Amino acid sequence: MKELLQKLTQTPGASGYESAIREVIREEISPFVKEIKVDALGNLIARMGEKKANGSRIMVAAHMDEIGVIVTHVEKNGAVRFSNLGSVIPRYLPGSRVKFLNGVRGVIDSDKPEDLAKIQPMNQFFIDVGASSEKDCPVKAGDVAVFDREFADLGQRVASKALDDRSSCALLVEAIKQIKETPHELFLVFSVQEEVTSRGATTAAYGLDVDLGLALDVTPVGNLMGIKMQVDLGKGPAIKVRDVGFIADPGVVNWMVDGAKAIKIPYQMEVLDIGSTDARVMQISKAGMRSGVLSIPCRYVHSPSEMIDMVDYEQGLKLLVHLLSQPVKLR
Amino acid sequence: MTTQRSLGRKTVVSKVPVKLLEQLCNAVGVSGNEDEVRRIVIEQVKPYVDECTVDALGNVLAVKHAKKKGALRVMFAAHMDEVGFMLVQDDGEGLFAFEPVGGIDPRQLIAKPLLVGKDRVEGVIGGKPIHLTKPEERRNAPQVSSLRIDVSPGSAGKVKVGDYATFATRFHRAGDSLFGKALDDRLGVATLLELARVNPGDLEVLFAFTVQEEIGLRGARVAAFDFAPDMAFVIDSTPAFDLPLPDEDSENVQYNCRLGAGPAIYLADAGTISDPRLIRFLVQLASENKIPYQFRQPGGGGTDAGAIHLTGAGVPSVSISIPGRFAHSPVLHARVQDWQNTLDLLQLILIHADRSILAVDRS
Amino acid sequence: MEKIEAFLHSLMSSPGLSGFEKPVSEIITQAWQPLTDEISYSPLGSLHALRKAASSEPRPSLMIAAHMDGIGLMVKSFSRGFLRVTQIGGIDPRVLPGQLVTVHGVREITGVVQMIPDRFLPASAAGKAPVYDNLFIDTGLGENELKRVVRIGDIVSFASQPLDMGDGYISGHSLDNRASVAALTVCLEELKHYNLQWDLWCAATVQEEMHLIGAYSSTFHIKPTLGIAVDVTFAQEPGLKDHTTFPLGKGPTIGLGANIHPLLHKRFVETAKEIDMPYAIETMPRSSGTDAMAMQITAAGVPTMVIGIPIRYMHTPYELTTLTDIRRTGRLLAKFITSLEADSLTGLTRKEVA
Repeated sequence: MKELLQKLTQTPGASGYESAIREVIREEISPFVKEIKVDALGNLIARMGEKKANGSRIMVAAHMDEIGVIVTHVEKNGAVRFSNLGSVIPRYLPGSRVKFLNGVRGVIDSDKPEDLAKIQPMNQFFIDVGASSEKDCPVKAGDVAVFDREFADLGQRVASKALDDRSSCALLVEAIKQIKETPHELFLVFSVQEEVTSRGATTAAYGLDVDLGLALDVTPVGNLMGIKMQVDLGKGPAIKVRDVGFIADPGVVNWMVDGAKAIKIPYQMEVLDIGSTDARVMQISKAGMRSGVLSIPCRYVHSPSEMIDMVDYEQGLKLLVHLLSQPVKLR
Repeated sequence: MTTQRSLGRKTVVSKVPVKLLEQLCNAVGVSGNEDEVRRIVIEQVKPYVDECTVDALGNVLAVKHAKKKGALRVMFAAHMDEVGFMLVQDDGEGLFAFEPVGGIDPRQLIAKPLLVGKDRVEGVIGGKPIHLTKPEERRNAPQVSSLRIDVSPGSAGKVKVGDYATFATRFHRAGDSLFGKALDDRLGVATLLELARVNPGDLEVLFAFTVQEEIGLRGARVAAFDFAPDMAFVIDSTPAFDLPLPDEDSENVQYNCRLGAGPAIYLADAGTISDPRLIRFLVQLASENKIPYQFRQPGGGGTDAGAIHLTGAGVPSVSISIPGRFAHSPVLHARVQDWQNTLDLLQLILIHADRSILAVDRS
Repeated sequence: MEKIEAFLHSLMSSPGLSGFEKPVSEIITQAWQPLTDEISYSPLGSLHALRKAASSEPRPSLMIAAHMDGIGLMVKSFSRGFLRVTQIGGIDPRVLPGQLVTVHGVREITGVVQMIPDRFLPASAAGKAPVYDNLFIDTGLGENELKRVVRIGDIVSFASQPLDMGDGYISGHSLDNRASVAALTVCLEELKHYNLQWDLWCAATVQEEMHLIGAYSSTFHIKPTLGIAVDVTFAQEPGLKDHTTFPLGKGPTIGLGANIHPLLHKRFVETAKEIDMPYAIETMPRSSGTDAMAMQITAAGVPTMVIGIPIRYMHTPYELTTLTDIRRTGRLLAKFITSLEADSLTGLTRKEVA
């Protein structure tokens, strides 16, 4: 399981630039699904199962993209200025390394190290790729990079960049491999551009005709931007009730709770005052989709070293496989 | 304790009168305007006492005589009044400026229903739409001067400047919990009314249902002068701060008293240092009869005892309070069990109080 | 139309928070069933009631949306024997201390919201307005019992009961936007004896207070020719008397701005004048902040209109308005609808350029 996590987190895929990670996932799942397509925005959409009398049409989405940076200007002295793709948190930047899609690596620092206690604007940081001038700089405006940080196996827990949301991608990949029988027609979406307001899931949901939507994502644990989270690491996957942009369908929430109880795994109820997920746009797609979210608790979200607990992951996987293999009962 | 005599229970104990408390809590009786409560008190107490009078300030003074002359005079006091409001300015169309009567935190006021005037006209203290306030404004506690009581244009003619208002909260019981306005101190009033049904025997029992406690212990002062008791027990409700803390892991060291831990016996507050002889008596009563009790944390605050113990040549006094959360707010919260234990303790006072308690000098 | 008062009372006594509208949806269904031809529900729970026109197909359709969801609280965590909460919809925490609430757990329990006393707060926070982190709910239940009855994510509604204040004035929670649902019901009653030229869709939408979620999906489903959102607006109240607020009890407001089709605005002003109805023009230079924002930009676009009912103390447990304006709003809508000819206004949606 950790091998797959390592493979998926270490493949770059900033929002809008997901082709590399898409190919890795496509290769993993293609033997197990009936049909695979890539839509206009780059979502990878796999289909499996036939809808039986007691089955439903279900969309499951995990986003492939990760936060990243995009070059806005290269200075005469070779310093690379950049903007963010998704919510890059300034305090994680100084000292971080990034890797461009063309393989170039660089380190980040701030123009005003004395201001680091404050929140600095993105234009106060630069990437040093080792170039001494604009001319010998191997990157140019428009080039895209993601955090450069290896996968760390900490035993029961693991740390890496991009666990948001490759951990959910891995979960979905493994679920696809494990599901033997399903009464449902499943549309398994590895979505793009979630970190820039779920643009991929918007079009993917519109393009599908389904009864039910489930998004898979991480949920922050600990203290994020002064907001205390209630969900803990290691206490089981989280079932979202609401976040800033989304109130989960009460029937879908109960379906997930019932599932967790049926297979006797621990779970946590999640009420989040920050952020949102693909489920937000799935819910309001066309005439509306009943939707919910299965979350993996994650520390240090949007840092170069996000951390999850493998127990949460494994139990989340069990729950997902169970939910997608049994008829859906919404109460 | 100076005596070695047993203070064990000698009679059956009565149950706390929840229905009567409900009636008292739903009655309106702002300090200076205790009429409605007074009527209930007189109606309830008169059949069980030998004398029942209303004094110049409006206190109800009820006496149960001892069988013999020269018996120990024991005073019990509880205040009838509650915090509330008075309309002070008519802005037209049913809107009124108001001032609080008694100490009310302005942060308790916004978006609360009220009963206004003798006819209990329904009104609300309006709250500004969040859409039309700026974040800085929302950080500030509200000021009473910028709030208005709104009875709507539909009731504009039915109330006037000078009318009193209270929170409109209806009393309700949920399991062992009691919720309502004015539990401070209708709990005490209801306790005394129940106590008045017990036959004391050897004591001259003096009940004072006092007025204007919330605005300066005014009723208790004159009641104690009138009674000239040998000792006084003040029954009030004291705040329980057994509440969440900002830091969940820290220890609550300023709880004042706790819900569920029994009657809170006062050692010292801002107005009174309780008579140690009475405290020893109460502690022995509670211990021998296995009644849970707690000491209220010494500190600020005060009760009618502050006035009573300084009356005349001085009156040995102590306060016993029923713990209540959220004093002076629209909804207070107390426990039936604490109330019952308080009533039990007071009934034991009636059975066991005698001159031996005061036979030694105060130490 | 005497029973509108009782109907509004039952709406105001029902929780129906954003995302949890079932209880209020059931009440509306009962009221609208006899007044309409078909009732259906969107996947998100919006109620769609169709009053069919008498004219031949294809015929234009009018959608009137009034959101039925209300604001409230949600359990966020346990703090020993107390509950911590967050908001559903925008609620100024200053209205919360001392507020009676209903916690919708395994069973309904009553609780009171209070704030951490100043004695426990750091000096910087003592005496200040409460913030959500310093608020909690006391239900009287012990810690273990509380955890048996309540789970994180359970909703908490205001327990405030409707107050009758005389002369048709009423106060209570969720007048935003149950007042408009009542107005729409008055409209349907008025239309009982008329044959309609347009199909009329009355939508009681969900989750308006959460980013207009219900209005997007309902409009997509109904695909109306024209759309009207009925929502509450700000009445003048103590400390608030400028162009964004309107006199209480002096008639509905007729919206004007980018979210409103100019011709619809004109038609509504004419209609109000025709029946001598008092009204105010509500300028909305940018956004109307109503379901009409979603209706306007759904699918190929819909010409929209906004009608407002002024209420005081919006988004508090004691909002205040008058039945007079609710009835007026219903009558204004009915008059507009009965004046629609089969071919009138259809040109608003799409025109060939000459």
